[in-house]
Amino acid sequence: MTPTPTPTGAGSPPAAAEPPVGLPRLLAGVAGGGPPMDLLAHLSRHGPLPARGRRGPALIEVLERSGLCGRGGAAFPTFRKLAGVAARRGPAVVVGNGTEGEPASAKDRRLLTAVPHLVLDGAALAARAVGAPDAILAVHPAAAPAVAAAVAEREARRMDRVRFRVAVPPERFVTGEASALVHWINSGVATPTMRPPHVSERGVDHRPTLVDNVETLAHIALIARHGADWFRTLGTPGDPGSSLVTISGPVGRPGVYEISRGMTVREVLQAARGATEPLQALLLGGYFGTWLPSGEAMELRLCAEGLRPAGASLGAGVLMALGVGSCGLVATARLASYLADQTAGQCGPCVHGLAAIAGELDRLARRAGRVDLERLSRWGREVEGRGACHHPDGAVGMVRSGLRTFAEEVRLHQAGACSAASDAPVATGAGAAAGA
Amino acid sequence: MREVHLRINPIACEGHGLCAELLPERIRLDDWGYPLIAPDPIPPEVLEHARRAVAACPTLALALERRRH
Repeated sequence: MTPTPTPTGAGSPPAAAEPPVGLPRLLAGVAGGGPPMDLLAHLSRHGPLPARGRRGPALIEVLERSGLCGRGGAAFPTFRKLAGVAARRGPAVVVGNGTEGEPASAKDRRLLTAVPHLVLDGAALAARAVGAPDAILAVHPAAAPAVAAAVAEREARRMDRVRFRVAVPPERFVTGEASALVHWINSGVATPTMRPPHVSERGVDHRPTLVDNVETLAHIALIARHGADWFRTLGTPGDPGSSLVTISGPVGRPGVYEISRGMTVREVLQAARGATEPLQALLLGGYFGTWLPSGEAMELRLCAEGLRPAGASLGAGVLMALGVGSCGLVATARLASYLADQTAGQCGPCVHGLAAIAGELDRLARRAGRVDLERLSRWGREVEGRGACHHPDGAVGMVRSGLRTFAEEVRLHQAGACSAASDAPVATGAGAAAGA
Repeated sequence: MREVHLRINPIACEGHGLCAELLPERIRLDDWGYPLIAPDPIPPEVLEHARRAVAACPTLALALERRRH
Protein backbone atom coordinates (compact mmCIF):
# COMPACT_ATOMS: atom_id res chain seq x y z
CA MET A 1 0.00 0.00 0.00
CA THR A 2 1.52 3.34 -1.06
CA PRO A 3 1.12 6.22 1.34
CA THR A 4 -0.75 9.05 -0.32
CA PRO A 5 -0.01 12.66 0.58
CA THR A 6 -3.63 13.60 1.06
CA PRO A 7 -5.21 11.71 3.95
CA THR A 8 -8.65 12.38 2.48
CA GLY A 9 -7.62 9.83 -0.19
CA ALA A 10 -9.46 9.29 -3.47
CA GLY A 11 -6.86 11.14 -5.57
CA SER A 12 -8.74 14.06 -7.05
CA PRO A 13 -12.33 13.38 -6.10
CA PRO A 14 -14.96 14.60 -8.50
CA ALA A 15 -16.99 17.61 -7.49
CA ALA A 16 -20.11 17.01 -5.42
CA ALA A 17 -22.70 15.39 -7.64
CA GLU A 18 -26.18 16.75 -8.13
CA PRO A 19 -28.51 15.26 -5.55
CA PRO A 20 -30.79 12.64 -7.10
CA VAL A 21 -34.29 13.88 -7.84
CA GLY A 22 -37.12 11.46 -7.10
CA LEU A 23 -36.50 7.73 -7.14
CA PRO A 24 -34.24 5.82 -7.00
CA ARG A 25 -31.81 7.21 -4.49
CA LEU A 26 -29.94 4.30 -2.94
CA LEU A 27 -30.17 2.21 -6.07
CA ALA A 28 -29.45 5.07 -8.51
CA GLY A 29 -27.24 3.93 -11.37
CA VAL A 30 -27.67 0.27 -10.49
CA ALA A 31 -28.53 -2.18 -13.24
CA GLY A 32 -30.33 -5.33 -12.20
CA GLY A 33 -27.93 -8.08 -11.23
CA GLY A 34 -24.82 -6.24 -12.41
CA PRO A 35 -21.49 -6.14 -10.56
CA PRO A 36 -21.09 -3.91 -7.50
CA MET A 37 -20.57 -0.22 -8.20
CA ASP A 38 -16.83 0.34 -7.76
CA LEU A 39 -15.31 3.23 -5.87
CA LEU A 40 -14.73 5.51 -8.86
CA ALA A 41 -18.22 5.01 -10.24
CA HIS A 42 -19.59 5.55 -6.76
CA LEU A 43 -17.67 8.79 -6.25
CA SER A 44 -18.55 10.17 -9.65
CA ARG A 45 -22.23 9.46 -9.04
CA HIS A 46 -22.53 10.60 -5.43
CA GLY A 47 -19.53 12.88 -4.98
CA PRO A 48 -16.93 12.67 -2.19
CA LEU A 49 -17.76 12.26 1.46
CA PRO A 50 -18.40 15.60 3.17
CA ALA A 51 -15.21 17.07 4.65
CA ARG A 52 -14.03 16.00 8.06
CA GLY A 53 -14.86 19.46 9.32
CA ARG A 54 -18.45 18.41 9.66
CA ARG A 55 -18.14 16.98 13.17
CA GLY A 56 -20.32 14.47 14.95
CA PRO A 57 -22.81 16.86 16.50
CA ALA A 58 -23.39 18.45 13.09
CA LEU A 59 -24.23 15.11 11.48
CA ILE A 60 -26.48 14.10 14.36
CA GLU A 61 -28.27 17.42 14.10
CA VAL A 62 -28.81 16.96 10.35
CA LEU A 63 -30.09 13.43 10.96
CA GLU A 64 -32.54 14.74 13.54
CA ARG A 65 -33.93 17.27 11.06
CA SER A 66 -34.07 14.62 8.33
CA GLY A 67 -36.40 12.44 10.40
CA LEU A 68 -34.55 9.28 9.32
CA CYS A 69 -35.70 6.21 11.24
CA GLY A 70 -33.99 2.83 11.27
CA ARG A 71 -34.71 0.57 8.30
CA GLY A 72 -33.98 -2.72 10.10
CA GLY A 73 -37.48 -3.15 11.47
CA ALA A 74 -37.81 -1.22 14.71
CA ALA A 75 -37.92 2.24 13.03
CA PHE A 76 -36.12 3.92 15.93
CA PRO A 77 -35.05 7.55 15.23
CA THR A 78 -31.51 7.27 13.91
CA PHE A 79 -30.21 10.54 15.37
CA ARG A 80 -31.23 9.43 18.86
CA LYS A 81 -29.33 6.18 18.55
CA LEU A 82 -26.19 8.01 17.40
CA ALA A 83 -26.53 10.63 20.12
CA GLY A 84 -26.88 7.90 22.75
CA VAL A 85 -23.61 6.27 21.72
CA ALA A 86 -21.81 9.58 21.15
CA ALA A 87 -22.61 10.64 24.73
CA ARG A 88 -20.77 7.64 26.19
CA ARG A 89 -17.15 7.83 27.26
CA GLY A 90 -14.32 6.04 25.49
CA PRO A 91 -13.93 4.77 21.95
CA ALA A 92 -17.10 3.35 20.44
CA VAL A 93 -17.75 0.72 17.78
CA VAL A 94 -20.10 0.85 14.80
CA VAL A 95 -21.78 -2.35 13.65
CA GLY A 96 -23.50 -2.32 10.26
CA ASN A 97 -26.21 -4.94 10.50
CA GLY A 98 -26.65 -6.66 7.15
CA THR A 99 -27.30 -10.16 8.47
CA GLU A 100 -30.83 -10.13 7.04
CA GLY A 101 -32.08 -13.20 8.87
CA GLU A 102 -35.63 -12.34 7.81
CA PRO A 103 -36.47 -15.00 5.20
CA ALA A 104 -38.84 -12.75 3.25
CA SER A 105 -36.30 -9.94 2.90
CA ALA A 106 -33.55 -9.57 0.32
CA LYS A 107 -33.04 -5.81 0.38
CA ASP A 108 -29.90 -5.69 2.52
CA ARG A 109 -28.13 -8.24 0.31
CA ARG A 110 -29.23 -6.31 -2.76
CA LEU A 111 -27.96 -3.02 -1.33
CA LEU A 112 -24.64 -4.49 -0.20
CA THR A 113 -23.95 -6.27 -3.47
CA ALA A 114 -25.02 -3.31 -5.64
CA VAL A 115 -23.70 -0.24 -3.79
CA PRO A 116 -21.38 -1.39 -0.98
CA HIS A 117 -19.63 1.99 -0.89
CA LEU A 118 -22.81 3.79 0.06
CA VAL A 119 -23.09 1.57 3.15
CA LEU A 120 -19.37 1.98 3.95
CA ASP A 121 -19.70 5.77 3.56
CA GLY A 122 -22.55 5.70 6.07
CA ALA A 123 -20.57 3.54 8.46
CA ALA A 124 -17.56 5.87 8.19
CA LEU A 125 -19.74 8.93 8.84
CA ALA A 126 -21.49 7.28 11.77
CA ALA A 127 -18.13 6.19 13.18
CA ARG A 128 -16.89 9.76 12.96
CA ALA A 129 -20.04 11.05 14.65
CA VAL A 130 -19.98 8.64 17.62
CA GLY A 131 -16.18 8.51 18.03
CA ALA A 132 -15.59 4.97 16.80
CA PRO A 133 -12.18 3.90 15.46
CA ASP A 134 -13.69 0.60 14.30
CA ALA A 135 -16.64 -0.41 12.18
CA ILE A 136 -17.75 -4.00 11.68
CA LEU A 137 -19.92 -4.91 8.71
CA ALA A 138 -21.86 -8.00 9.76
CA VAL A 139 -23.32 -9.28 6.51
CA HIS A 140 -25.12 -12.15 4.85
CA PRO A 141 -22.66 -14.61 3.24
CA ALA A 142 -23.96 -13.71 -0.24
CA ALA A 143 -22.89 -10.08 0.28
CA ALA A 144 -19.52 -10.67 1.93
CA PRO A 145 -17.35 -10.75 -1.24
CA ALA A 146 -18.74 -7.44 -2.55
CA VAL A 147 -18.29 -5.73 0.81
CA ALA A 148 -14.78 -7.12 1.33
CA ALA A 149 -13.75 -5.95 -2.16
CA ALA A 150 -15.15 -2.48 -1.47
CA VAL A 151 -13.26 -2.27 1.83
CA ALA A 152 -10.05 -3.25 0.01
CA GLU A 153 -10.60 -0.49 -2.59
CA ARG A 154 -10.95 2.10 0.15
CA GLU A 155 -7.96 0.84 2.12
CA ALA A 156 -5.79 1.01 -1.00
CA ARG A 157 -6.70 4.70 -1.26
CA ARG A 158 -6.50 5.33 2.49
CA MET A 159 -9.89 6.86 2.25
CA ASP A 160 -11.18 6.38 5.77
CA ARG A 161 -9.85 6.91 9.23
CA VAL A 162 -12.12 4.15 10.55
CA ARG A 163 -10.88 0.53 10.41
CA PHE A 164 -13.39 -1.71 8.64
CA ARG A 165 -13.87 -5.39 9.32
CA VAL A 166 -16.26 -7.69 7.48
CA ALA A 167 -17.89 -10.46 9.50
CA VAL A 168 -20.29 -13.21 8.43
CA PRO A 169 -22.48 -14.38 11.31
CA PRO A 170 -24.45 -17.64 11.21
CA GLU A 171 -27.60 -17.46 9.13
CA ARG A 172 -30.30 -17.62 11.77
CA PHE A 173 -33.33 -15.42 12.24
CA VAL A 174 -32.30 -14.20 15.68
CA THR A 175 -28.72 -13.30 14.67
CA GLY A 176 -29.82 -9.87 13.50
CA GLU A 177 -31.14 -8.91 16.94
CA ALA A 178 -28.69 -6.27 18.18
CA SER A 179 -27.68 -7.95 21.43
CA ALA A 180 -27.35 -11.34 19.71
CA LEU A 181 -25.14 -9.83 17.02
CA VAL A 182 -22.89 -8.18 19.58
CA HIS A 183 -22.81 -11.39 21.62
CA TRP A 184 -21.68 -13.27 18.50
CA ILE A 185 -18.96 -10.72 17.70
CA ASN A 186 -17.69 -10.92 21.27
CA SER A 187 -17.97 -14.62 21.96
CA GLY A 188 -19.05 -16.47 18.84
CA VAL A 189 -22.47 -17.21 20.32
CA ALA A 190 -25.35 -15.58 18.43
CA THR A 191 -27.95 -15.44 21.18
CA PRO A 192 -29.63 -12.37 22.69
CA THR A 193 -28.47 -11.18 26.09
CA MET A 194 -30.30 -9.56 28.99
CA ARG A 195 -30.66 -5.80 29.16
CA PRO A 196 -29.38 -3.77 30.87
CA PRO A 197 -26.74 -3.20 29.75
CA HIS A 198 -27.90 -2.05 26.34
CA VAL A 199 -25.32 -2.43 23.55
CA SER A 200 -25.12 1.38 23.32
CA GLU A 201 -23.66 1.32 26.85
CA ARG A 202 -21.61 -1.86 26.69
CA GLY A 203 -21.38 -3.76 23.42
CA VAL A 204 -18.48 -4.98 21.30
CA ASP A 205 -15.39 -5.41 23.54
CA HIS A 206 -17.37 -3.66 26.30
CA ARG A 207 -17.32 -0.46 24.24
CA PRO A 208 -20.35 1.72 23.49
CA THR A 209 -21.74 0.23 20.29
CA LEU A 210 -23.95 1.62 17.54
CA VAL A 211 -25.81 -1.16 15.73
CA ASP A 212 -27.52 0.21 12.62
CA ASN A 213 -29.11 -1.59 9.72
CA VAL A 214 -27.02 -1.27 6.54
CA GLU A 215 -29.82 0.50 4.66
CA THR A 216 -29.98 3.06 7.46
CA LEU A 217 -26.23 3.66 7.02
CA ALA A 218 -26.69 4.13 3.26
CA HIS A 219 -29.34 6.80 3.90
CA ILE A 220 -26.91 8.53 6.29
CA ALA A 221 -24.37 8.64 3.44
CA LEU A 222 -26.82 10.53 1.23
CA ILE A 223 -28.23 12.79 3.95
CA ALA A 224 -24.70 13.87 4.92
CA ARG A 225 -24.11 14.88 1.28
CA HIS A 226 -27.43 16.43 0.34
CA GLY A 227 -28.99 17.51 3.62
CA ALA A 228 -32.16 16.99 5.62
CA ASP A 229 -34.43 19.02 3.34
CA TRP A 230 -33.42 16.95 0.34
CA PHE A 231 -34.17 13.74 2.27
CA ARG A 232 -37.64 15.05 3.05
CA THR A 233 -38.53 15.64 -0.59
CA LEU A 234 -39.65 12.01 -0.64
CA GLY A 235 -41.85 10.27 1.90
CA THR A 236 -44.32 11.87 4.27
CA PRO A 237 -43.72 14.58 6.90
CA GLY A 238 -44.02 11.97 9.66
CA ASP A 239 -42.03 9.27 7.88
CA PRO A 240 -39.74 10.89 5.33
CA GLY A 241 -37.41 9.48 2.70
CA SER A 242 -37.20 6.46 0.52
CA SER A 243 -37.02 2.86 1.55
CA LEU A 244 -36.12 -0.53 0.13
CA VAL A 245 -38.84 -3.17 0.05
CA THR A 246 -38.83 -6.84 -0.88
CA ILE A 247 -41.92 -8.00 -2.73
CA SER A 248 -42.68 -11.71 -2.99
CA GLY A 249 -45.63 -13.91 -3.85
CA PRO A 250 -47.73 -14.02 -7.04
CA VAL A 251 -46.61 -10.76 -8.66
CA GLY A 252 -45.19 -10.21 -12.12
CA ARG A 253 -41.70 -9.39 -11.02
CA PRO A 254 -40.88 -10.22 -7.40
CA GLY A 255 -37.80 -8.50 -6.05
CA VAL A 256 -36.30 -5.54 -4.28
CA TYR A 257 -37.65 -2.06 -5.05
CA GLU A 258 -36.95 1.40 -3.74
CA ILE A 259 -40.13 3.24 -2.82
CA SER A 260 -41.09 6.57 -1.36
CA ARG A 261 -42.54 6.12 2.14
CA GLY A 262 -46.25 6.82 1.92
CA MET A 263 -46.84 5.10 -1.43
CA THR A 264 -49.87 2.80 -1.30
CA VAL A 265 -49.55 -0.96 -1.31
CA ARG A 266 -51.32 -0.92 -4.69
CA GLU A 267 -48.74 1.44 -6.20
CA VAL A 268 -45.86 -0.61 -4.86
CA LEU A 269 -47.30 -3.86 -6.21
CA GLN A 270 -47.76 -2.16 -9.58
CA ALA A 271 -44.03 -1.43 -9.59
CA ALA A 272 -43.57 -5.21 -9.38
CA ARG A 273 -45.86 -5.54 -12.43
CA GLY A 274 -48.92 -6.24 -10.31
CA ALA A 275 -50.54 -9.42 -9.07
CA THR A 276 -50.59 -12.43 -11.38
CA GLU A 277 -53.67 -13.85 -9.65
CA PRO A 278 -56.34 -12.30 -7.45
CA LEU A 279 -54.86 -11.68 -3.99
CA GLN A 280 -56.56 -12.57 -0.73
CA ALA A 281 -54.08 -11.18 1.76
CA LEU A 282 -50.71 -9.53 2.29
CA LEU A 283 -48.13 -9.98 4.98
CA LEU A 284 -46.66 -6.57 5.76
CA GLY A 285 -43.40 -6.18 7.65
CA GLY A 286 -42.09 -9.74 7.48
CA TYR A 287 -42.32 -12.83 9.66
CA PHE A 288 -42.89 -10.57 12.69
CA GLY A 289 -45.37 -8.57 10.63
CA THR A 290 -49.11 -8.38 10.09
CA TRP A 291 -51.43 -10.30 7.79
CA LEU A 292 -54.10 -8.06 6.29
CA PRO A 293 -56.93 -8.93 3.88
CA SER A 294 -55.93 -7.59 0.46
CA GLY A 295 -59.07 -5.43 0.27
CA GLU A 296 -58.00 -3.61 3.42
CA ALA A 297 -54.30 -3.55 2.53
CA MET A 298 -54.35 -2.20 -1.04
CA GLU A 299 -55.06 1.45 -0.25
CA LEU A 300 -52.89 1.58 2.87
CA ARG A 301 -49.99 3.97 2.68
CA LEU A 302 -46.63 2.39 3.45
CA CYS A 303 -45.50 4.75 6.18
CA ALA A 304 -45.73 4.77 9.95
CA GLU A 305 -48.89 6.89 10.18
CA GLY A 306 -50.57 5.08 7.28
CA LEU A 307 -50.03 1.61 8.74
CA ARG A 308 -50.58 2.34 12.43
CA PRO A 309 -54.41 2.34 12.23
CA ALA A 310 -54.23 -1.14 10.68
CA GLY A 311 -51.96 -2.30 13.51
CA ALA A 312 -49.16 -2.87 11.02
CA SER A 313 -45.73 -1.48 10.24
CA LEU A 314 -43.35 -1.76 7.32
CA GLY A 315 -40.80 -3.57 9.50
CA ALA A 316 -37.77 -4.37 7.38
CA GLY A 317 -39.75 -3.53 4.23
CA VAL A 318 -41.40 -6.85 3.45
CA LEU A 319 -44.54 -7.25 1.35
CA MET A 320 -45.55 -10.85 0.86
CA ALA A 321 -48.64 -11.38 -1.28
CA LEU A 322 -50.90 -14.40 -0.95
CA GLY A 323 -53.12 -15.43 -3.87
CA VAL A 324 -56.68 -16.71 -3.54
CA GLY A 325 -55.49 -20.16 -4.58
CA SER A 326 -53.39 -20.57 -1.44
CA CYS A 327 -54.51 -21.31 2.09
CA GLY A 328 -53.78 -18.49 4.51
CA LEU A 329 -53.75 -20.85 7.47
CA VAL A 330 -51.17 -23.08 5.84
CA ALA A 331 -49.03 -19.99 5.24
CA THR A 332 -49.48 -18.75 8.82
CA ALA A 333 -48.68 -22.19 10.25
CA ARG A 334 -45.50 -22.43 8.15
CA LEU A 335 -44.29 -19.07 9.33
CA ALA A 336 -45.10 -19.97 12.95
CA SER A 337 -43.23 -23.27 12.67
CA TYR A 338 -40.24 -21.50 11.20
CA LEU A 339 -40.19 -18.93 14.02
CA ALA A 340 -40.63 -21.60 16.70
CA ASP A 341 -37.70 -23.44 15.17
CA GLN A 342 -35.63 -20.26 15.11
CA THR A 343 -35.89 -19.56 18.83
CA ALA A 344 -32.48 -19.00 20.37
CA GLY A 345 -33.54 -21.67 22.86
CA GLN A 346 -32.78 -19.61 25.95
CA CYS A 347 -36.13 -18.58 27.42
CA GLY A 348 -38.67 -21.21 28.48
CA PRO A 349 -41.82 -19.37 27.38
CA CYS A 350 -40.37 -18.80 23.90
CA VAL A 351 -39.02 -22.35 23.50
CA HIS A 352 -42.12 -24.15 24.76
CA GLY A 353 -44.78 -21.58 24.01
CA LEU A 354 -43.89 -21.01 20.36
CA ALA A 355 -43.52 -24.76 19.80
CA ALA A 356 -46.98 -25.36 21.29
CA ILE A 357 -48.57 -22.54 19.29
CA ALA A 358 -46.93 -23.70 16.06
CA GLY A 359 -47.99 -27.28 16.77
CA GLU A 360 -51.64 -26.34 17.21
CA LEU A 361 -51.56 -24.14 14.11
CA ASP A 362 -50.10 -27.02 12.16
CA ARG A 363 -52.95 -29.29 13.31
CA LEU A 364 -55.43 -26.58 12.32
CA ALA A 365 -53.78 -26.12 8.91
CA ARG A 366 -53.77 -29.87 8.27
CA ARG A 367 -57.39 -30.20 9.47
CA ALA A 368 -56.22 -32.87 11.90
CA GLY A 369 -59.04 -32.33 14.38
CA ARG A 370 -60.61 -29.41 16.21
CA VAL A 371 -58.24 -27.00 17.86
CA ASP A 372 -58.96 -25.21 21.15
CA LEU A 373 -58.81 -21.61 19.87
CA GLU A 374 -59.42 -20.18 23.33
CA ARG A 375 -56.32 -21.92 24.64
CA LEU A 376 -54.33 -20.91 21.55
CA SER A 377 -55.03 -17.24 22.16
CA ARG A 378 -54.30 -17.60 25.90
CA TRP A 379 -50.90 -19.06 25.03
CA GLY A 380 -50.30 -16.09 22.78
CA ARG A 381 -51.08 -13.63 25.56
CA GLU A 382 -48.96 -15.55 28.04
CA VAL A 383 -45.89 -15.90 25.83
CA GLU A 384 -45.83 -12.23 24.87
CA GLY A 385 -43.23 -10.10 26.62
CA ARG A 386 -41.59 -13.04 28.39
CA GLY A 387 -38.41 -13.44 26.38
CA ALA A 388 -35.09 -11.66 26.76
CA CYS A 389 -35.67 -10.35 23.22
CA HIS A 390 -38.82 -9.69 21.17
CA HIS A 391 -38.77 -12.98 19.28
CA PRO A 392 -41.86 -14.42 21.03
CA ASP A 393 -43.71 -11.10 20.74
CA GLY A 394 -43.09 -10.83 17.01
CA ALA A 395 -44.15 -14.42 16.37
CA VAL A 396 -47.33 -14.10 18.42
CA GLY A 397 -48.28 -10.84 16.71
CA MET A 398 -47.99 -12.44 13.27
CA VAL A 399 -50.03 -15.50 14.35
CA ARG A 400 -52.74 -13.32 15.87
CA SER A 401 -53.07 -11.29 12.66
CA GLY A 402 -53.25 -14.53 10.65
CA LEU A 403 -56.04 -15.96 12.77
CA ARG A 404 -57.91 -12.65 12.42
CA THR A 405 -57.37 -12.25 8.68
CA PHE A 406 -58.13 -15.88 7.90
CA ALA A 407 -60.99 -16.21 10.41
CA GLU A 408 -63.30 -17.69 7.79
CA GLU A 409 -60.62 -20.20 6.86
CA VAL A 410 -60.26 -21.13 10.54
CA ARG A 411 -63.99 -21.86 10.66
CA LEU A 412 -63.73 -24.01 7.53
CA HIS A 413 -60.71 -25.93 8.81
CA GLN A 414 -62.38 -26.62 12.14
CA ALA A 415 -65.15 -28.22 10.11
CA GLY A 416 -62.63 -30.21 8.07
CA ALA A 417 -62.78 -28.12 4.89
CA CYS A 418 -60.46 -25.64 3.13
CA SER A 419 -61.21 -22.88 0.64
CA ALA A 420 -57.90 -23.04 -1.19
CA ALA A 421 -58.02 -24.25 -4.77
CA SER A 422 -54.80 -26.12 -4.27
CA ASP A 423 -52.43 -27.22 -1.55
CA ALA A 424 -49.64 -25.74 -3.65
CA PRO A 425 -46.66 -24.60 -1.62
CA VAL A 426 -46.93 -21.04 -0.43
CA ALA A 427 -43.97 -18.83 -1.21
CA THR A 428 -42.61 -17.86 2.18
CA GLY A 429 -39.17 -16.68 1.27
CA ALA A 430 -37.32 -14.18 -0.82
CA GLY A 431 -35.23 -16.79 -2.60
CA ALA A 432 -36.65 -15.85 -5.97
CA ALA A 433 -36.81 -12.19 -5.03
CA ALA A 434 -33.12 -11.99 -4.14
CA GLY A 435 -32.00 -12.41 -7.74
CA ALA A 436 -34.28 -9.78 -9.24
CA MET B 1 -42.11 7.25 45.55
CA ARG B 2 -40.31 3.94 44.99
CA GLU B 3 -42.14 0.76 44.24
CA VAL B 4 -40.84 -2.77 44.54
CA HIS B 5 -41.25 -5.08 41.54
CA LEU B 6 -40.29 -8.65 40.86
CA ARG B 7 -38.10 -9.00 37.82
CA ILE B 8 -37.25 -12.26 36.13
CA ASN B 9 -34.31 -13.10 33.95
CA PRO B 10 -35.95 -15.43 31.42
CA ILE B 11 -32.59 -16.70 30.17
CA ALA B 12 -31.59 -17.87 33.65
CA CYS B 13 -35.01 -19.22 34.63
CA GLU B 14 -35.27 -22.99 34.25
CA GLY B 15 -38.81 -23.34 35.51
CA HIS B 16 -38.09 -25.00 38.87
CA GLY B 17 -41.29 -23.36 40.12
CA LEU B 18 -40.29 -22.73 43.73
CA CYS B 19 -41.22 -19.07 43.40
CA ALA B 20 -44.84 -19.90 42.58
CA GLU B 21 -45.05 -22.11 45.65
CA LEU B 22 -43.58 -19.48 47.94
CA LEU B 23 -45.43 -16.52 46.48
CA PRO B 24 -48.74 -17.73 45.05
CA GLU B 25 -50.17 -14.24 45.66
CA ARG B 26 -48.07 -12.86 42.79
CA ILE B 27 -46.74 -15.78 40.77
CA ARG B 28 -48.42 -18.61 38.94
CA LEU B 29 -46.93 -21.04 36.46
CA ASP B 30 -47.73 -21.25 32.77
CA ASP B 31 -48.57 -24.54 31.06
CA TRP B 32 -44.85 -25.36 30.80
CA GLY B 33 -43.94 -24.55 34.38
CA TYR B 34 -42.45 -21.09 33.89
CA PRO B 35 -43.49 -18.28 36.20
CA LEU B 36 -46.04 -15.65 35.22
CA ILE B 37 -45.59 -12.64 37.46
CA ALA B 38 -48.38 -10.20 38.24
CA PRO B 39 -47.35 -6.83 36.79
CA ASP B 40 -48.30 -4.56 39.72
CA PRO B 41 -45.86 -3.58 42.46
CA ILE B 42 -45.38 -5.82 45.49
CA PRO B 43 -47.52 -4.57 48.41
CA PRO B 44 -45.62 -4.23 51.74
CA GLU B 45 -47.48 -7.09 53.42
CA VAL B 46 -46.23 -9.53 50.74
CA LEU B 47 -42.67 -8.25 50.63
CA GLU B 48 -41.28 -10.81 53.06
CA HIS B 49 -42.71 -13.69 51.00
CA ALA B 50 -41.31 -12.12 47.86
CA ARG B 51 -37.86 -11.96 49.44
CA ARG B 52 -38.14 -15.62 50.34
CA ALA B 53 -39.09 -16.53 46.76
CA VAL B 54 -36.11 -14.57 45.42
CA ALA B 55 -33.76 -16.31 47.84
CA ALA B 56 -35.13 -19.74 46.98
CA CYS B 57 -34.61 -19.53 43.20
CA PRO B 58 -31.96 -22.14 42.36
CA THR B 59 -30.78 -20.24 39.27
CA LEU B 60 -30.89 -16.74 40.79
CA ALA B 61 -33.31 -15.74 38.02
CA LEU B 62 -35.63 -13.77 40.27
CA ALA B 63 -34.82 -10.36 41.70
CA LEU B 64 -36.54 -7.57 43.58
CA GLU B 65 -36.16 -4.27 41.86
CA ARG B 66 -36.95 -0.81 43.17
CA ARG B 67 -38.43 1.41 40.51
CA ARG B 68 -39.13 5.07 40.78
CA HIS B 69 -42.78 5.61 40.16
